[in-house]
Amino acid sequence: MTEVNIRKSPAKFSIPKISYRVWIVWRRNADVFMKTIGVNFLPSLLEPIIYLFAFGFGLGGFIPEINGSPYINFIAPALVAISLMNGAFFECTYGSFVRMYYQKTFDAIVATPISVEEVIAGELLWGATRGTINGTIVLTVIGISGFFVSQPLITSPLFLLIPVIAFFGGLMLSGIAMCFTAVAPSIDFFNYPFFLLITPMMFLSGTFFPLASLPETAQGLALAVLPLTHIVNLTRGTLTGSTETLFGLNIHALIPLSLIWIAIVTIAFFIISINLMKKRLTR
Amino acid sequence: MVVCIYLVVEWVTFSKESRDVLIKATKLTKKFGNFVAVDGIDFEVYRGDCVGFLGPNGAGKTTTVRMMYCFLPPTSGELTIACLSVHNKCREIKCIVGVAPQEDNLDLDFSVVKNLAVYARYFDISKDEALRRADEQLAFFQLQEKRDMPIMALSTGMKRRLIFARALLNKPQVLLLDEPTTGLDPQARHLVWDAVRQLKKLQVTIILTTHYMDEAEVLCDRIIIIDHGKIIEDGKPKELIKKHIGEDVLELDCDESLIPLLKQTFSDARIEKLGERMQVFTSKPHSVFEGFLQEHKIQNVTIRKANLEDVFLKLTGRDLRAND
Repeated sequence: MTEVNIRKSPAKFSIPKISYRVWIVWRRNADVFMKTIGVNFLPSLLEPIIYLFAFGFGLGGFIPEINGSPYINFIAPALVAISLMNGAFFECTYGSFVRMYYQKTFDAIVATPISVEEVIAGELLWGATRGTINGTIVLTVIGISGFFVSQPLITSPLFLLIPVIAFFGGLMLSGIAMCFTAVAPSIDFFNYPFFLLITPMMFLSGTFFPLASLPETAQGLALAVLPLTHIVNLTRGTLTGSTETLFGLNIHALIPLSLIWIAIVTIAFFIISINLMKKRLTR
Repeated sequence: MVVCIYLVVEWVTFSKESRDVLIKATKLTKKFGNFVAVDGIDFEVYRGDCVGFLGPNGAGKTTTVRMMYCFLPPTSGELTIACLSVHNKCREIKCIVGVAPQEDNLDLDFSVVKNLAVYARYFDISKDEALRRADEQLAFFQLQEKRDMPIMALSTGMKRRLIFARALLNKPQVLLLDEPTTGLDPQARHLVWDAVRQLKKLQVTIILTTHYMDEAEVLCDRIIIIDHGKIIEDGKPKELIKKHIGEDVLELDCDESLIPLLKQTFSDARIEKLGERMQVFTSKPHSVFEGFLQEHKIQNVTIRKANLEDVFLKLTGRDLRAND
């Protein structure tokens, strides 16, 4: 064998090749979650209760009805969306960064038959799962709270779709979060996405007031670039059977639009984030 | 007659097989930007051998080992493990390779036994079998008492042993040990050496990097010395010592006036000054040393066996290297 092939590093952009092994990575994170389940449940349980109490009962008393329902009924679906966003985004920024950088967990896993792509895909699916868990907890909280307010907070049987919406919404935000993890020089870097992306989204995505009350440009931007806007459309649509009307688009047009938007962005960031992480991890 | 021919054929094929090449590197190169960490090296490792990669810090040992389990892709050249190329058969390679990396990457989120069980799961090993193998390894590495402890509660030595134990869970054909005994006390070091010897009996091929020359000398069938990304020597420990140093080394107090006498007695002498002492390296047999000592009464003189450290220092120099 005299001829030696010269090959470039295989860090070229590609569609990730993944197998069932992503679930083995997923199970590692699920095992850790189950070990500390009490601590994990508490914040996602308390957060919506505080929001419902402060904004729904407290602030809501000063606010006239929105679309014919009390203020608390307007914000309840948004709380599901905010909680799933936080769960997924936190997991794939701070959570993944700690595992990658400080604990070297990824280094240990890629020495086994599991590939870098599968490790990251497993992390993304776990982020989606955290979103699902958070979304479902909040759903339960607002379902129960509905008995103590004038109008039930859940009025459509479509609420059963919330875990599915939370999973795919969570997967989308996990993918976006993982892109930040792939370029983060240190853990402090995550202040940027949290203050420049998560906090604005939390308030400007039709969450605590209707988007329609913003200038048209802001409405357009929220629809075009803020992922949470579309998740809120879906949670509000499924929990209450109605959404806002934006640019003349009612629920029948907004729901398909949001579904398509989420599908495209989820797939795009799933592929982009895995490629960026592969580039970071294979030198 | 037929049986005889059959036996001969069997023996020939068996002996050929027992020496088959398991790891083969051809012009293997790894660059990080402009820095050439591994510079076109060629080597072969036979099945069942224990090969030590020695070299100063930053010489390219760890980079070479990391390419063997696909952690780093080579920049150019070929590297095969059991005829599988690291360029396209990573999954298959990682199934048959066990890795004990230099840095501690145990899973801090789990207890000792759960670390092993979760790691075994990465290899698709069933839960019962994983626990059975985990307990077997914990017993061998004398870690049973720590079975349910968190990783934080382990000493450095225990962590090294656990990393070694973890590398054996998939019953590897090739074991990569990157500085397995750094930071271990002598007891734990001997435990690791025992493990290596037992694995050699099981025909496991072992690649070992170390800074301890005594370790390399007792464990390795072959030594590959790397410096600045290139292989500068490759051979059996005893042969390397004989080739580069000789059998014995004379050590005596530093005294310039003795040098002409030494040069006269040991015609090929290479004299090195180390602080207050001088070392005389020569290929002359032991009897010449004894004769010299009887003839000249010199204070504080010793004859010691030449060792691998002498070879290493001769080939790589005495300059201190920056840590990698």
